[in-house]
Amino acid sequence: MTLVHQGFSFPLSTWRSAVYLIAVIGFVVALKGLSSPRHARRGNLLGAGAALLAVGMTFSAGTVNHSVRNLGLAFGAMALGAVVAVPAARLVKMTAMPQMVAMFNGVGGGAAALISVTELLHAHTTGVSPATYVIVEAVLGVLIGSVSFAGSAVSFAKLQELMPTRPIVYPAQQAINGLVGAGIVALFVTAVVTGSTDYVFGVLGLSLLLGVAFTLPIGGADVPVLISLLNAFTGLAVAASGFTLGNPLLIVAGTLVGASGMLLTRLMSKAMGRSIPNILFSAFGAVVTATGTAEGLDGKAVKTSTPEDVGVLLAYARKVAIVPGYGLAVAQAQHVVKELADELMSRGVEVFYAIHPVAGRMPGHMNVLLAEANVPYDELKEMDEANPEMPTADVALVVGANDTVNPAAVNSPGSPIYGMPIIHADLAQHIVFLKRSMRPGFAGIDNALLFDDKTVLLFGDAKDTLQKLVTAVKAV
Amino acid sequence: MTGLVWYLTIFVLAAFVGYEVISKVPSILHTPLMSGSNAIHGIVLVGALFIMGEATGPAQLVLGFVTVFLATLNIVGGFVVTDRMLEMFHAKPQRVPPPAPAADARPAGPDSVPGSGAEDGPS
Repeated sequence: MTLVHQGFSFPLSTWRSAVYLIAVIGFVVALKGLSSPRHARRGNLLGAGAALLAVGMTFSAGTVNHSVRNLGLAFGAMALGAVVAVPAARLVKMTAMPQMVAMFNGVGGGAAALISVTELLHAHTTGVSPATYVIVEAVLGVLIGSVSFAGSAVSFAKLQELMPTRPIVYPAQQAINGLVGAGIVALFVTAVVTGSTDYVFGVLGLSLLLGVAFTLPIGGADVPVLISLLNAFTGLAVAASGFTLGNPLLIVAGTLVGASGMLLTRLMSKAMGRSIPNILFSAFGAVVTATGTAEGLDGKAVKTSTPEDVGVLLAYARKVAIVPGYGLAVAQAQHVVKELADELMSRGVEVFYAIHPVAGRMPGHMNVLLAEANVPYDELKEMDEANPEMPTADVALVVGANDTVNPAAVNSPGSPIYGMPIIHADLAQHIVFLKRSMRPGFAGIDNALLFDDKTVLLFGDAKDTLQKLVTAVKAV
Repeated sequence: MTGLVWYLTIFVLAAFVGYEVISKVPSILHTPLMSGSNAIHGIVLVGALFIMGEATGPAQLVLGFVTVFLATLNIVGGFVVTDRMLEMFHAKPQRVPPPAPAADARPAGPDSVPGSGAEDGPS
């Protein structure tokens, strides 16, 4: 098979490799673009184009298109996948984005694991006993891919609140995880020594178990970091599939994601002021120390206020800092909060949004939500930029945030969130909390700021309350 | 075995590129970047297609079908979700320092958005 074109005569496989090279370049440039705000969207489209090119070219391979039946099944599976994926991706609410990413990541890991399993089965039927390094690659692919698949499934269930978001702990948890890990290693070694492919199913089963077991003790607030880590895992599993199949495209693309995903995971955990091992193994937030009542430890009660009073406070302020949190996202209140900000600005009040890097359920989640409501970029201030301005703010309006403004992170070394950088809402002249209830945040600890003398609370759904505030400000 | 060493070379170099290429990413882009790189490993679909093509016998055919299906979910869903996230960042005003607006050297560059909303995609 050759493609003859004006004197060039290369085998088709060479053209295919060349197209894969172009796709690889596309992926690198896409990642580069995705890390700058200006080129992010173009970067993503470029990545999609590169992927389309590579997938299209794959059909030129004799091993892929030789059988009409297999080709038909391939197209059927792709059509089915697209029919499921596109509506799921387009219709999902912005607040449910993190679990959607977890799901798409998990199925990728599952696919990588299945490739290794099927390739070993295939080698088995052809009667060729695979070389030792092929078994090593395949078993690694199965291990990493299955952990990513099962871990992502648990992350999805946690974020979708199909299961408790709190860490699930049981006695001797780490020991049991260690035992499962040791079992995998034992099977791995046996598979390599005996050269038998049968053990791969044992590895598959135990790896799925390990994926679940190691995800259970990770609390809801830390799940985004977990998803990022599992994303890197899937990348590595894809690279392992590339080794098994001898396909450099999969090796490079998978490794790119694996390496950048590891770095991204570290950046994220740094933004939370924690280390990766601490996130993975400490069952952070398992112990709920918060009382969840309207009385503080010293018996001080919270002060509630009315939208009318807060409206007056806001309308006559010079500078207002809005601190959004996950509560704003759940209430879908991003449009109303912008309405309130616009109303205040039309009265000459200076308004800015103080965005904690991990506000919401994924780093940068809040920026995406506020961008959806057309909040201009320059009104969004990152934590480092916002904190120096907090002492000059007359009002800090905390909308559905809790842990990210908890002063315990700064001044009580015993607190589980000690060391996490926070938005210093406590430095503003007045603090207004919009809360649904006295329930503690993800970390499950009390927030002394709620009981501060400068603080008032407005209970209720964030969207309703903000709507009332808009009306109140207009009435002033 | 020489093939293995060759692939390991590619692996190691790709790891360095992956690490370097996103070295400076603002935290606002953490979510889209995670989602975008999630879509990129959807290229596992290429491997799935090879597996499907070579499959013989019911077990392999079923596994191949499931693998292609899962990989398609990953790649299609990944890119669409990322695009939807990034769609939200449209019409961002340029961060021109207010005191010297004329100092912006690229008033007619392909990326400069004179008003707002001009960069809005056709979706």
